[in-house]
Amino acid sequence: MPEQAQILPGTLDLLILKAVSLGPLHGYGVLLRIGQISGQALLIEQGALYPALFRLVRQGLLTASWGTSENNRKAKFYELTATGRKRLREETEGWNRLATAIASALATRAEEV
Amino acid sequence: MNLGAWVRSVSAKFLHGETAAAEIDAELREHLALRADDLERSGMSRADAERTARIEFGGVERFRDDSYEALGGNSLDTLLQDARFSLRVLRKSPGFVVAAVVTLALAIGANAVVFGILNALVLRPLPVPNPKTLWAVENFDSYPNYIDLRDRNRSFESLAAWKMVFTAMDTGNDPESVWAYAASGNYFDVLGLKPSLGRLFHPSDERGANSAPYVVLIWSYWHSRFHEDPGVLGRTVLLGKQPFTIIGVAPRGFGGTLIFGSPQFIIPIVNQEQVDGDDLLHARGNVQGIFEMLGHLKPGVTQAQAAADLNGINAYLEKTYPKEVPSHDYTPHHPGLYVFGTPAKAFLAGLMLLAGLILLAACANLGSLFAARAADRGREVALRLALGSSRRRIVRQLLTEAALVSLAGGAVGLATSILLLKRLSVWQPFPSAPIQIPVTPDAKVYLAAIALALISGVLFGIVPVRQIMHSNPYEVVKTSATGRATRRLTLRDVLLTLQIAICGVLVTASLVAVRGLVRSLHSHYGFEPRNAMIVDVDLSGGGYKGDRALEMQKRLVLAMQATPGIQAAGMATSYPPLIYAAATQTHIFREDAQDFRTENAAAAPFRYDVSPGYLAAAQTALLAGRDLSWHDDAAAPRVVIVNQTLARKLFGSAAGAVGRSLKLQDGSRVEIVGVVEDGKYFSVTEDQESAVFLPYLQSPARATDLVVRSNRDPQQEIRAIRSTARQLDAGLPVSVDSYNSFLGVALFPGRVATVALGIMGLMGGVLSITGIFGMAAYSVSRRLRELGIRMALGAQRREVLEAALGRAVKLLGIGSAAGLALGILASRVLASIVYQATPRDPFVLGGVVLIMTFLGLIATWIPAQRALAIDPLVLLREE
Repeated sequence: MPEQAQILPGTLDLLILKAVSLGPLHGYGVLLRIGQISGQALLIEQGALYPALFRLVRQGLLTASWGTSENNRKAKFYELTATGRKRLREETEGWNRLATAIASALATRAEEV
Repeated sequence: MNLGAWVRSVSAKFLHGETAAAEIDAELREHLALRADDLERSGMSRADAERTARIEFGGVERFRDDSYEALGGNSLDTLLQDARFSLRVLRKSPGFVVAAVVTLALAIGANAVVFGILNALVLRPLPVPNPKTLWAVENFDSYPNYIDLRDRNRSFESLAAWKMVFTAMDTGNDPESVWAYAASGNYFDVLGLKPSLGRLFHPSDERGANSAPYVVLIWSYWHSRFHEDPGVLGRTVLLGKQPFTIIGVAPRGFGGTLIFGSPQFIIPIVNQEQVDGDDLLHARGNVQGIFEMLGHLKPGVTQAQAAADLNGINAYLEKTYPKEVPSHDYTPHHPGLYVFGTPAKAFLAGLMLLAGLILLAACANLGSLFAARAADRGREVALRLALGSSRRRIVRQLLTEAALVSLAGGAVGLATSILLLKRLSVWQPFPSAPIQIPVTPDAKVYLAAIALALISGVLFGIVPVRQIMHSNPYEVVKTSATGRATRRLTLRDVLLTLQIAICGVLVTASLVAVRGLVRSLHSHYGFEPRNAMIVDVDLSGGGYKGDRALEMQKRLVLAMQATPGIQAAGMATSYPPLIYAAATQTHIFREDAQDFRTENAAAAPFRYDVSPGYLAAAQTALLAGRDLSWHDDAAAPRVVIVNQTLARKLFGSAAGAVGRSLKLQDGSRVEIVGVVEDGKYFSVTEDQESAVFLPYLQSPARATDLVVRSNRDPQQEIRAIRSTARQLDAGLPVSVDSYNSFLGVALFPGRVATVALGIMGLMGGVLSITGIFGMAAYSVSRRLRELGIRMALGAQRREVLEAALGRAVKLLGIGSAAGLALGILASRVLASIVYQATPRDPFVLGGVVLIMTFLGLIATWIPAQRALAIDPLVLLREE
């Protein structure tokens, strides 16, 4: 398994939104999907997942409904709302800007200062 | 946070109730099941898979907590959960709960009562529109002066005035004594009132003297005397035997502009001669014409500007009418409490401070109790922390416990205070005067009590928080939670010392007050109130006017003097000294004075117009010269009797004053024929003032107060007086009461102060006892083992006691000393209200030390007994 990075606080919400944007998921599914899309490089604390999901529901970015999972178990499925989709777009842009800025700062060589 | 979503989730919580919590659990179960399925598929056994899934997940408790919080609508849920849990915990220690609730109820009740009084007397505005811009000036003034002030001032929208009248109302059934306002025509217009029945009178009704014989009833009188009969409109009643017509009823809830007493009706002031008997409308020099003037300030005008305006007009009037208009210093204030406003406010503020101190002491008491309990529950807290509960959650639960106790205490305290306030508002402190203190509680009092309860709850609830936040759960679980006696000063020690200091302050203050009251009862008044009756005769109510009144007064005095059993009788045509704080001052000038402006006066003595025999009746000793006689009448040369202070001031000695002369402000010369002893005239706490006694025949007035002295049984004396009066005229309204009961009014503030401070001192004492007892008992119970060992090793009783209680006693000492010192400083404030309050009185100092020692003894008695009764063998065996 490649090196696992600790997830920065605040980015969990972003990852959840992204995971759910690819299709409605239940909580465990979100966990798996995040691992999948990050190539297993991100470590998510399981206990922190659900509070984040509930928070996003409360903020109106996700909606939840009960349904049946693949193994015929009852599960609660989450999907993005319109607001959630918009928030995802905004946050992604913001994150990319931030990442670019930090990367360029870190790439500075001594002569360039 | 998205408000809409939050509201949605909260309402979902309410609508779906428990299902949300159940849902979370279900979701968690499903998650773990799915994970277990995956693990199983990768080769584990089901049991191992499930176990691994759970371990991977982490702390389930915390997950639940965090999920609840994330859901939003859960704060209520957690609160209820906390509350239920706290109730369960509290039920297990009923003694503690009862002690805590009672302590807090006492403290909050005291605060609620004081605040209720403050609210009713000081904070509640008069029931008129726009009370904030309504100002009054309270000097006695004459009616013509008022007219000038009304017409010339530029500060008030309009100025109204009123005076009190005491008369008899006859509706045809039976006459009864009433008191009313005689108010200027614009009175109701200035106040902005509308009638609840019929109409009110207006300036247009005033067409000259005695032109408006109308009566406007006050609502409560209409209710009690006329039973809200609308047929009273147009009815004629007799006031002082003159016909008046009832034209309307004032709005409900309006009872004049004095808070502590409402008149029964209001008549136009232009008709005052009919009820007063004297024409005050044209007497510029008679300052009894107006009691109070009031009006709304024009927008933009300040109180200071209005004062300057009125003073300026008065200065002009002084110059124009130098003999009749005395100087005034107008200081506008909000109407309601009259001259008692400032001292009442000061006293109530002081009481609020003391009540606040009591609450603080109670909180300190409860804080140490709670801290002790928290220390006891150290194990339980440690376990909960180890199992994953957040410290914040535990603190929240402890605070909920504290809040429950404080709300219970607050509710009990509030209920008691409401009862007390209701009783207080129907109490008439002086049966002979229609004075009441309307302190019925309203919403502000309830809110204040609840707020205080919550604040106290927070105050003593946070005491154990520091302990919790810093406790290391593993340490506590490993060792048993025993407290060792440390030399360091703990928070509990500080709290206890604070409590005791506060109690010390309260005890000192109340002892000072008691001492002052005892002194005041024995001080020298310049007359002897024992065995003396004051007989108030309403001559105008009996229809006597002019010369007939003069003649009747003389007949009354002579008849009283001749009645068997009566030793002496005399009359004053104003209130005798110290009654109702109603003394009049006058200005006198040297015998060679030509300029009678007030600033040239030689002295400003209190003035009494009396009959011959008055001095003997009041037992005011004559030091030189002679008493007045019936020959000193209007035809004879004018004479006066002065008191020793005035004689010394002007002529050097009492004997030197006899035969000399003075001039009154109207220019007339009076010869001093006698000098009497000094005394108190206006208030019990005044500095020594000068006084003059003029023969009433030379300055007649209608008010009649007889002073009658007799050694007989008071009931017999009253009967004899009444029968003598009846023999002279059966229809003459006469009221008799002992001089001492009238003095009750003068001594009232001091007595109230003493009672209030005494109660506070008592409460402080009770709180201290519980505080010391709590600490001593706790310290003994914590250190039973150690004490047992000491005893087993041969410690004497004294040493054991010292070990067990030494700390508590030391704190008692320090706290008492601090409290005593503070109390002495604070007593300076008291000295303004409580007569002769000298804090450095050895009685007070000794008393405080004695009381605090006594309290300490009571409080430590039981723990001491327990400490001494330790059987070391029994103790060491159980561990």
